[in-house]
Amino acid sequence: MTSHIEYERRYDVVVIGAGPAGLASATSLAEAGLNVVVLDEQTAPGGQIYRSATRSPISDPKILGTEYYRGAELVAAFEASGAKYVPQAIVWSVSPGWDVGVSVRGHSFLISADAVILATGAQERPFPIPGWTLPGVMTAGAAQILLKTSGVVPDGEIVLAGCGPLLWLLAAQYLRANAKIACVLDTTPRSNWTKAIGYLPGFALSPLAAKGAKLLLEVKSSTRVIANVDSIKAVGESGLNAVEFTRNGTTQKPIGAKTLLLHQGVIPNVNLSMAIGCEHVWDDTQLCFRPVTDEWGETSKRGIFVAGDGAWIGGAVVAEHAARLTALKVADRLGKIAAGELSNRASRDRAAKQRLVRGRAFLDKLYTPAKQFRVPEGETIVCRCEEVTARQLRDVVALGCAGPNQAKAFLRCGMGPCQGRMCGVTVTETIADARKVSVEEVGYYNIRFPIKPISLGEFAAIPTTDEAMKTVVRELPPGVTS
Amino acid sequence: MTVDPDVVVIGGGVIGSAISLGLAMRGKRVTVLDGADIAHRASRGNFSLIWVQSKGLGMPGYADWARKAALSWPVFAEQLERLSGVDLAFIQPGGLHLTLSEGELEARKRVFIRLREQCGGVDPYPWEILDAAQVKRMLPEVGPTVTGASYCPLDGQANSLRLLRALHIGGNRSNVSYRPLHIVTTIEHRGGEFVIKTDKGTFTAGKVVLTAGHDNARLGPMVGLDVPVRPQKGEILVTEKVRPFLYYPTINVRQTDEGGVQLGDSVEETGFDDTVDLRVLSAIAGRITKMFPLLENVNIVRTWGALRVMPRDGKPIYDQSKTCPGAFVATAHSGVSMASVHMLEVPRMIAAGALDAELSCFTSERFQ
Amino acid sequence: MTRIASCKSRTQVKFQFNGETLTAFNGDSVAAALLASNAGPFRTTPVSHAPRNPYCMMGICFDCLVTIDGVGNRQACLCEVTDGMQVETQLGRRDIAK
Repeated sequence: MTSHIEYERRYDVVVIGAGPAGLASATSLAEAGLNVVVLDEQTAPGGQIYRSATRSPISDPKILGTEYYRGAELVAAFEASGAKYVPQAIVWSVSPGWDVGVSVRGHSFLISADAVILATGAQERPFPIPGWTLPGVMTAGAAQILLKTSGVVPDGEIVLAGCGPLLWLLAAQYLRANAKIACVLDTTPRSNWTKAIGYLPGFALSPLAAKGAKLLLEVKSSTRVIANVDSIKAVGESGLNAVEFTRNGTTQKPIGAKTLLLHQGVIPNVNLSMAIGCEHVWDDTQLCFRPVTDEWGETSKRGIFVAGDGAWIGGAVVAEHAARLTALKVADRLGKIAAGELSNRASRDRAAKQRLVRGRAFLDKLYTPAKQFRVPEGETIVCRCEEVTARQLRDVVALGCAGPNQAKAFLRCGMGPCQGRMCGVTVTETIADARKVSVEEVGYYNIRFPIKPISLGEFAAIPTTDEAMKTVVRELPPGVTS
Repeated sequence: MTVDPDVVVIGGGVIGSAISLGLAMRGKRVTVLDGADIAHRASRGNFSLIWVQSKGLGMPGYADWARKAALSWPVFAEQLERLSGVDLAFIQPGGLHLTLSEGELEARKRVFIRLREQCGGVDPYPWEILDAAQVKRMLPEVGPTVTGASYCPLDGQANSLRLLRALHIGGNRSNVSYRPLHIVTTIEHRGGEFVIKTDKGTFTAGKVVLTAGHDNARLGPMVGLDVPVRPQKGEILVTEKVRPFLYYPTINVRQTDEGGVQLGDSVEETGFDDTVDLRVLSAIAGRITKMFPLLENVNIVRTWGALRVMPRDGKPIYDQSKTCPGAFVATAHSGVSMASVHMLEVPRMIAAGALDAELSCFTSERFQ
Repeated sequence: MTRIASCKSRTQVKFQFNGETLTAFNGDSVAAALLASNAGPFRTTPVSHAPRNPYCMMGICFDCLVTIDGVGNRQACLCEVTDGMQVETQLGRRDIAK
């Protein structure tokens, strides 16, 4: 077994995550002469979007598309930069100082740094429909990871359902790989078009437009796409057998399928920034909580930065530019940028980022997921870990439960190993819906460390103090002195 | 038009909910005013033991009250489960306080001996000091560094989160009017009535009961009650769900009916800071891995810091106002242990308008 | 599930799932290896004993928990499969001795 002792415990900057934001910021920081380490959960750099970019077994590059191979360029630059890379590193805490608690293959230790960049990216928005916990139902992102890392695709009939760019990208990749798509159930609400249309000019001018149009054409020309789907149910006993759905409120003939791939956009991965105590806001356009950051990505906690989709969903290329801006600011703070140079050096990435951000508004409006797919009712499971249903949640709200933390106490939703990642926004939005108040008023789970499970032994290995020991040895009951 | 309640209970934690339910069961119209979702809620952070051993040192009346509470838990649990349909996972097999050195074990013994002396030479409740071999027979998973334990057969545990929910469901079914997100700003005693102003309206009642935890310190003086409580932090770790292995609760390790193992705890004077401290969690983890070595590889899925509502001497405060008759306060850091008497006994006294003599030792006069 | 035709050749790995020998490739996660062999379920839940398979494949949903080489509740999507690895379905709650 590799001992944890090989790792240094002190860096100028710790970067968490090795997707586009993590790689770009670490590369810039190392090039600026800073001692930087990237802590990555995966076994190789790339994050999710560029997962296995340097080692995917897929031999035909057309299948995944040219944009995927941008990842290999980022990794090459990163590897040449001198930044340190630690794979299979699970970050589970960041405490003031800053000390980053990380677990590497079963050993935990603390790494201290002047600045920490959270490049933890996004996760797919929960898609709580009846039957979404059945084997055979997974996210489109999960399916794409299987394709990128192992060239694995579902055999038999596949149904893709939801909305958003990733769904169409996966459909195209599957078609190129000769996977058998039974159909795509498009849940984009028709009314979204009227909300999005005003943003079309900005989108048309951005590089996203041509790319998107081509992708849609590619999918729609060779597979069945059913639009205006307004409810979906995954049916089966020990695994998925069929997908039931309605279109414009009318029940359609169920589709027999062994695989249902769900996607309705991505949201920032906020567990770490929440646990650190950074201020967050509800983003009304992207319908998610996100950390409040300044133009450089610095949060309300000085020295804690968020780069990329963890701060605001803009996609891989926006993340790259944003991360370089963050790196510049961190380098400036640590004395590596000549006085007065910061703004000048930021101009290129800032401009490039701005162009893409303008195009994003259209996508956000067009692909806003419908309420019924975000705010469930009845026996639909909300919390996958503790198997809490929407009905149970609404029942405790009727009892007077005002927010997610009381709901957690009453129902255990959010208490399982995923620590609320798969139910957090759903619970908040459902409570807001049931109480008929805003999401801001409802708030979010109080997230605490460890943000990923680590063993008790790993906790015990973290340095303690005599003072801390004294607080836990109870010779007499509290409040009683001998 | 709405009818004024007979009693307004301020605070919807495990103490306020038990008392308000008990009052409603006695036919009283009760309104509960509760705080925000993110308020410091000791009821959501506790360790969920029904714990007798050690209680009452320095106050024999508390030992008697704790014994009574433990003995009434079976009846209380049955009534509440029937009313709410919620399984409280109550068990009372007796509990252990494990020790890791001869000094710690000796200290445990001293507690019981002093208590006996203070109670006129009679033990207020049964206890035993167990040696390592006896502990091993009861808890086969303990490690070799465990030197022994103190044991009290009245100790037990429940699922405190379900207890809180059951009390809320019970209250709802007994017509308790529960008002969350109502922050009390002032309480005035006018013409024999209490006028309670909140950020969402005014409530009037003949009686008011303060069960607002930390906020009792602020609210008490409004009705002539001195409630010297302070926050005292305790940190807890919880494991992933594991198969049952721990059939007796211990003071700092207990397995919930769902499977998670709660590992505690610390005693810290950090004011209203409830954040977790890795050094303290590490210290807890270190001790627990000595007590139960097999837990070393089990994953921790959650930790938390919660703020005990700690009266100055650690004992509960039950009091009634002399200047504002009809105002009561109840606070204790053992809301789960005392839940039975809070539903079965205290409401009878409040309804009657005066606390029983048995509670006279708990008034805040003792601090003067 | 299945492997697409357009794949580079990689070193084969043999591992066991619930005692049955399965084949995967070097670099596969345990989750990908099991899914490619249509093996499952990965786990049954501690709450209702319902069967589950991976949902997110990126380490956040904890639905891919399996027992690996005698250690319970391991995330199959974050572990690479190795030759001779013993993988078992995670049946409900973990045993503290495992």
